[in-house]
Amino acid sequence: MKIDSELVRSVARLAALDLVDGEDTRLAEELTRVVDHFETLRRVPDDLLPPLPAPPPTPLRADLPAGEPGERPFVTANAPEASHGHFVVPRVVSRNG
Amino acid sequence: MTSDLDLLLDGPAHELAAAVSFRKVTARQVAEVSLGRVAKSRALHGSFLHVAPAAALAAADEVDRRVASGEAMPLAGVPLAVKDNVNVAGLPSTAGSRILAGFVAADDATCVARLRAAGCVVVGKTSCDEFGMGSSNENSAFGPVRNPWDPSCVPGGSSGGSAAAVAALAVPLAIGTDTGGSVRQPASFCSLVGVKPTYGRVPRYGLLAYASSLDQAGPLARNVRDAALALAAMSGPDPRDATSLRSAPPELLERLEAGAAGARIGLLAEAEAPEGGLDSDVGAALETTARLLESAGATLVRVSVPRVSLAVAAYYILATAEASSNLARYDGVRYGARREGDGLSGLYRATRTAGFGPEVKRRILLGTFALSSGYREAWYERAQRVRALLAIDFAEAFRSCDAILCPTAPQPAFRIGEKGADPLAMYLADVFTVPASLAGLPALSVPAGLSRDRLPIGMQLAGPAGSEPLLLALGREVERAAGEWGRPPGAIR
Repeated sequence: MKIDSELVRSVARLAALDLVDGEDTRLAEELTRVVDHFETLRRVPDDLLPPLPAPPPTPLRADLPAGEPGERPFVTANAPEASHGHFVVPRVVSRNG
Repeated sequence: MTSDLDLLLDGPAHELAAAVSFRKVTARQVAEVSLGRVAKSRALHGSFLHVAPAAALAAADEVDRRVASGEAMPLAGVPLAVKDNVNVAGLPSTAGSRILAGFVAADDATCVARLRAAGCVVVGKTSCDEFGMGSSNENSAFGPVRNPWDPSCVPGGSSGGSAAAVAALAVPLAIGTDTGGSVRQPASFCSLVGVKPTYGRVPRYGLLAYASSLDQAGPLARNVRDAALALAAMSGPDPRDATSLRSAPPELLERLEAGAAGARIGLLAEAEAPEGGLDSDVGAALETTARLLESAGATLVRVSVPRVSLAVAAYYILATAEASSNLARYDGVRYGARREGDGLSGLYRATRTAGFGPEVKRRILLGTFALSSGYREAWYERAQRVRALLAIDFAEAFRSCDAILCPTAPQPAFRIGEKGADPLAMYLADVFTVPASLAGLPALSVPAGLSRDRLPIGMQLAGPAGSEPLLLALGREVERAAGEWGRPPGAIR
């Protein structure tokens, strides 16, 4: 399968990555080569393949609150920007909108 | 006194632990000498990203207090290096990535806490391929690591710094993580013992996730007994990891000297001519190791795991798919570096674009592609079904043998820069390690000789789930029968 620059740009958008000039073309070539190798998976006849395995059940654990946000400084200790126990991000809702 | 300490650090961890336990030396004295070697190893080989002398000496003093109070610890005072994608309380975790600049771990990973409980003293964090994505340590954002056996060569990866630190005699023991071979392959490249446990045996709490259905932490050591001691300490259920095995781990040390008599060793038919080729010295070492086990009373049988030839493709679809999801958390909001952009989504993109290196971006794109609408069924779901088929293949093979012997890697260590331009060639070299990862099986790499260029060669033994005691006993037999392979020219004294 050929991966073209347009597909690379669309996947990069999904992955929240920007591409610099020419990077889409280079990645398209590299990924085409890798995905060409993946074609080996098609050599297995369908009737030989087991059905898609169900994910194993996840054992549940007790849901124990670790305290109020302000009491957990370690949660925001590594944040680039934090205030009053919360993460600070650019404004996403405008005052008038 | 100094020379005694040097000899202890050159030797097995279990002898060092005995010396500390019997108060012939103190953990502090050992830590001081080790820290000196760590600084040299960092300068010569680039093996460490962070060194913590004050914390290490304080931890050593605590071990000395525990010894004085009569506490028995199997790894008392053993200096430990920890791969930088595994959390150590109070130390940075970058996982070899710029995107985690400034991150300091709040607590210990379970495997680190357990090794500390067993007496280990953490001296620092080791370099690795960014988020564990690589087989050469060249994908670290902080520069390559040099192999103590030949500084122009890679130490393997992704746990390259851990392997180089142990091989150079800076520490006797290190933690690595293995998603598709990242403990076993560097062990092979640096003449060490490296163990990838049964999936779920060692809890993943505190590991920076790459591919959660595959990631396992494991020890890197200079002999099988040390690896077994460390693995025994690291293993066992953990309520903080939902995928950790609930059953008690098997006893690893009782059968360590049991030998290979009566074991049926499978020789993997698919290992004879892997895509990308098999180095002739590696082929010869495989033959020698098989004969060695046969002389020790094992029976050799030829086995086939037909889907081994598809494992690289299945692995690189599934691991990258999981990575694309796991690495979505690095967005410049909760931890690490931040780059301002246009609004919130601009901030995400700017942070990720500046923070991730080229191989990580490549894998995120590959995984996003394999999961995206219109491609998911053809790639991701098909790879999952091939993974299930591979597990069936292994189960079938283990009806006629107890363990499978094959090289850990098709070639010895290669030169820094030699394979960097060809991602696919690098991926194909994982052909012998990814099958056990996909099937969740335990596997270890044990030193099996040197190439004509005096580069280490490792052999892999893989067995059914829970077969670590047998694999360690077989590895011990190879080690005992084959003897020593000497010290690397880059060993630090």
